[in-house]
Amino acid sequence: MASIDVNGKSVEVDEEGYLVDLNEWSEDAAKILSAQDELELTDSHWEVINFLREYYEEYQIAPAVRVLTKAIGKKLGPEKGNSKYLYELFPYGPAKQACRFAGLPKPTGCV
Amino acid sequence: MEEDGGVTKKFLYVNRRAPYGSIYALESLEVVLIGAAFEQDVSLAFIDDGVYQLKKSQSTDGIGMKNFSPTYNALGDYDINKIYVDKDSLEQRGLTLDDLMNLTWEDENDNYAEKPSISLVNSEELAVLMEQQDIILSF
Amino acid sequence: MTLHTVNKSPFETNSLETCLRLVRSGHNVLLFEDGVYGASKGTRFEALLTEAMQSCKIHVLLPDFEARGMSIDSLISGIETVDYAGFVNLVTENERVQAWL
Repeated sequence: MASIDVNGKSVEVDEEGYLVDLNEWSEDAAKILSAQDELELTDSHWEVINFLREYYEEYQIAPAVRVLTKAIGKKLGPEKGNSKYLYELFPYGPAKQACRFAGLPKPTGCV
Repeated sequence: MEEDGGVTKKFLYVNRRAPYGSIYALESLEVVLIGAAFEQDVSLAFIDDGVYQLKKSQSTDGIGMKNFSPTYNALGDYDINKIYVDKDSLEQRGLTLDDLMNLTWEDENDNYAEKPSISLVNSEELAVLMEQQDIILSF
Repeated sequence: MTLHTVNKSPFETNSLETCLRLVRSGHNVLLFEDGVYGASKGTRFEALLTEAMQSCKIHVLLPDFEARGMSIDSLISGIETVDYAGFVNLVTENERVQAWL
């Protein structure tokens, strides 16, 4: 099993880089995971990451892209609730990549 | 994964097992969520012990299994809002609609009004519903 | 028309009972694997099957019935036997299949 080093602590990730245990997540872990993709997290990124964590907390699943887009639009406004905006933030896919940074499993229905 | 211009078919998922004693309930829920990407006309039926899947106040801390009951509340986000519960099965188990989670969906065409997703149906209504389907998937 | 299939013994699960409660007039029911136990005479489900046959057709997969030590003599009268080819025909002749697992 692979792992990442978060401030000297070893945190396990699966073969696709998702945290094995979402309780091991921290903001620093998110920064390290995003650095792997050469991405620097801005407030806009954090807004989506935090949204995903709240969604997971409530429903126990990571939402599919379509659901995420709609829900973001409702919560943060239509200028953010569209795939163009979300793909610009997370070029490897807003659900897939953002979920990884958020410490969540890969979204159900995402292949 | 989105369908473009494909034919929309009517899918019914029939759930007849209780949630934690076997994998069926969780598997069904996952298939429903994955299948939602294909934007078909989806309905869910809960019959026999399947009605226990929708029971309120599930708490699995003591058995070391994931409580997936909150996920049923997300079905509305996935445009799945036709959830049929067999009245006979519910009554035989001493339950009423109040014992089930209050599943809702938001109607975009009605100013995002929150509407109930669950309908109680009798045997005749359920039989008619099944007859209207293109595909029936059993769990 | 719908083909309803039941593959569990009626003594193990209530699949057969629920199936017969929800089957519509003119539909087909096929009992196979352990479901075939429901087709034999003298069980507490015989009356239920006999009543159901007034509005729908019940079939049993004969190889599964015989495999379990039962012969046509012990089949509830009115139930039709099919072989594997007959099973396939039933699937193709009906618009949908509802599996009562």
